[in-house]
Amino acid sequence: MRDLLTFSSVALAAMLLVFSFYAAAYGRPAAGPLEDPNDKYRITIDNFSFTPASLIVPAGTTVTWANRDDVPHNVVSTEKKFKSPVLDTDEQFSYKFTDPGAYEYFCSIHPKMTGKIVVQ
Amino acid sequence: MAKFIIPGYSEDGIDRRGFLKCMAWAGTGAFCVIKGGVLKSYGLSQMARYAAVAGKGDLSFVQISDSHIGFNKPANTDVTATLQEAVAKINALPAPPAFVLHTGDLTHLSKPEEFDTLDQVLKSVKTSRIFYVPGEHDVLNDNGQQYLERFGKGAQGGGWYSFDQKGVHFIGLVNVLNLKAGGLGTLGQEQLEWLEKDVERLKSSTPIIVFAHIPLWAVYPEWGWGTDDSEQALSYLKRFGSVSVLNGHIHQVMQKVEGNVTFHTAMSTAFPQPQPGTAPSPGPLKVPAEKLRGLLGISDVNYLQGKHAVAIIDSPLQG
Repeated sequence: MRDLLTFSSVALAAMLLVFSFYAAAYGRPAAGPLEDPNDKYRITIDNFSFTPASLIVPAGTTVTWANRDDVPHNVVSTEKKFKSPVLDTDEQFSYKFTDPGAYEYFCSIHPKMTGKIVVQ
Repeated sequence: MAKFIIPGYSEDGIDRRGFLKCMAWAGTGAFCVIKGGVLKSYGLSQMARYAAVAGKGDLSFVQISDSHIGFNKPANTDVTATLQEAVAKINALPAPPAFVLHTGDLTHLSKPEEFDTLDQVLKSVKTSRIFYVPGEHDVLNDNGQQYLERFGKGAQGGGWYSFDQKGVHFIGLVNVLNLKAGGLGTLGQEQLEWLEKDVERLKSSTPIIVFAHIPLWAVYPEWGWGTDDSEQALSYLKRFGSVSVLNGHIHQVMQKVEGNVTFHTAMSTAFPQPQPGTAPSPGPLKVPAEKLRGLLGISDVNYLQGKHAVAIIDSPLQG
């Protein structure tokens, strides 16, 4: 009985851990599969820069940033509208832009790195 | 291998050639005796003489920087091992340093286990105390809370503080918090006000040693290697006869003398970074395994009370 209890709490902890990793990686709880796997709305982080640095998307688009650099970066809205966790190499972050407007962002670890999403 | 430069004690101004020579020694080890004025470089034969003088300094301490515990990519997949080698180098000094300064980026990703490893490794340093300032890699996700609780106890605001040792006033500054889009390192108004007050009571003859992670001079703003409001900070230190600024962040030795202020950056214990503008980005410099330890190291700092001179010996882990 005790073993079983221990086992279930370990399993529960493991599940929670997996869940929290998942939530951390995608920056929102209960994230399903990426809604828009289309590379069109994908921003690559490499050599301390966001590529493309400026991206125009229709409202409702989920944009994904993928860190391909060998140092960690993050994606932070200049107006504090969104903030990714720190992305190590090959980690990514997605954010759904619902309202039209211009969204400037930067890497708060390396603030020289800046980018912009224009939502139409 | 070590090279060094000695300033003229009676002259003023900056000898650009001397300055460039010192810069050219980046990563190969430099021995610099500093007291404002003209920088002069001396031959290797004279090194022993000055090293002996420096060794008898009134205050001797070691600066280490940029340990990046948790980093595991080329050119260094074992940054814990190179930090241990740096510790061995400190422990092999003829006299144990009064204390050790770590100028930030203790960890790579601010993970608790990375801080644990750093703490464990540095426990074996033969010294009385280790002082820290955070790097941007130590304040990820939590604005530095974890760092403050573990390494910044008793510090002000975001982790800044000062202390006195043998008549020298030491100031640890934090320029990695609340960074602004498009900007460089930032000290911020609260810290600047604290600094102004902190030095107010000091005599102008008090030697000042400032340490912070990101350079407090514009090394290469294009790569973020500078601090936006450092000039204001330095304006509070103008009246002091001897100011030394010790930084990390750029993973290579660089030096500059401006009036009474000497700026110096230390090597990393983890991985080298490219010289300004020589690569597409300041990312880790990938070097052959046999060259790595020649580009990592420690800085041994000696202060000579009578002469108000600060001598810095940059020694690579190997070579």
